[in-house]
Amino acid sequence: MCKECGCGLGGDDVKIGGHSRHHGHSHGHSHGHEHHHGHSHAPIKLDLNRSLMEKNDRLAERNRGFFKAKKLLVLNVVSSPGSGKTTFIRETAAQLAGKLRVGVIVGDLATDNDAARLREAGIPVVQITTGAVCHLDADMVSKAAAQLDLDKVDVLVIENVGNLVCPADYDLGEDLRVVLLSTTEGEDKPLKYPPMFHSAQVAVITKTDIAAAAGFDREQALGNLRRVSHHAEIFELSSKTGQGMQAWLDFLVKQRGEG
Amino acid sequence: MHEVSIMAEAVRMAVESAQAAGAGRITGLRLRVGALSGAVPDAMRFAWDVVSRDTIAAGARLEIEPVPAAGWCATCRAEFACADFFNECPRCHNVSGELRRGRELDIASVEMN
Ligand SMILES: Nc1nc2c(ncn2[C@@H]2O[C@H](COP(=O)(O)OP(=O)(O)O)[C@@H](O)[C@H]2O)c(=O)[nH]1
Ligand SMILES: [Mg+2]
Ligand SMILES: [Zn+2]
Repeated sequence: MCKECGCGLGGDDVKIGGHSRHHGHSHGHSHGHEHHHGHSHAPIKLDLNRSLMEKNDRLAERNRGFFKAKKLLVLNVVSSPGSGKTTFIRETAAQLAGKLRVGVIVGDLATDNDAARLREAGIPVVQITTGAVCHLDADMVSKAAAQLDLDKVDVLVIENVGNLVCPADYDLGEDLRVVLLSTTEGEDKPLKYPPMFHSAQVAVITKTDIAAAAGFDREQALGNLRRVSHHAEIFELSSKTGQGMQAWLDFLVKQRGEG
Repeated sequence: MHEVSIMAEAVRMAVESAQAAGAGRITGLRLRVGALSGAVPDAMRFAWDVVSRDTIAAGARLEIEPVPAAGWCATCRAEFACADFFNECPRCHNVSGELRRGRELDIASVEMN
């Protein structure tokens, strides 16, 4: 707490040379004594011990509360580029039609091809062009969500930027983080990107229709997934043939019901 | 590449606390980065020069304290060093997914005058 004025602002964690100081200057009085004395300041060290993610985490919690109030089931879909996120989301939306209404927020570095593909399928979609930024954050998602008519949506799917590293640290306020691994990628992906695979509640092996042609070692991939994503529910499916899709859809309907 | 966003946030937090303390310049910054945080220290250093330019933190010394990952064994009630999220306790060989340290992405301290 501030010793100069006793206003109660400022945490005890912030100390300058043993004295507590304000965190912010939102109150009105002046701190002239800190600026106008005649000698130069000695270097001071301030222990902060705060997470660099705290602002995003706070916004993500706010999103989560907002989405919950709207009774939305929110998915954050992550994978390497080309693993099949957009196709998977499109097929999920198409096959849920009549049961649950799907809305999509799609993040992309530059183009809006993915948004166009989803829009053509009649799915309400908002595109976030991230430019040089390689992940979505909670603030972008909250702004994008405001552009959707969420009263007409039951399941909000966020297609994250294709990248298994950066999105791992950014909570968006989702209910479920869904990581995709296609049969055309290495079975050791989960071992190479443990933070992402570890943080997922759902892991989906996609493109099972071409597993044989791709020489995909299913047992090894499952073993690696169970090892790293040990909290995750695992699905194996093809967005192209629809094989394995039903179990995933049933899971979503159940999740939405429980939420 | 999200190191740029992370370091921009580090500058924002450092500048905010310096201003709150009435300091005019930031001379040093100490971060704590876990081995399993997903952020790469070299990339953070590189990003630092870019994002601190034109701020009161320009030219400040950046220290990155690496935090090795540690798992927790509930059976032995002890920590053990680990390289991953999923590890075997070296004493009892039970497998534990409980990570005690290694995900840190913290701003430890700021030096200013
Ligand atoms: N054979 C096959 N191809 C797929 C499947 N899912 C997606 N693809 C193809 O994989 C490519 C990348 O898919 P896309 O959905 O754009 O991946 P994203 O970059 O993760 O969004 C496209 O050519 C898709 O047609 C699948 O289940 N089976
Ligand atoms: Mg896509
Ligand atoms: Zn043990």
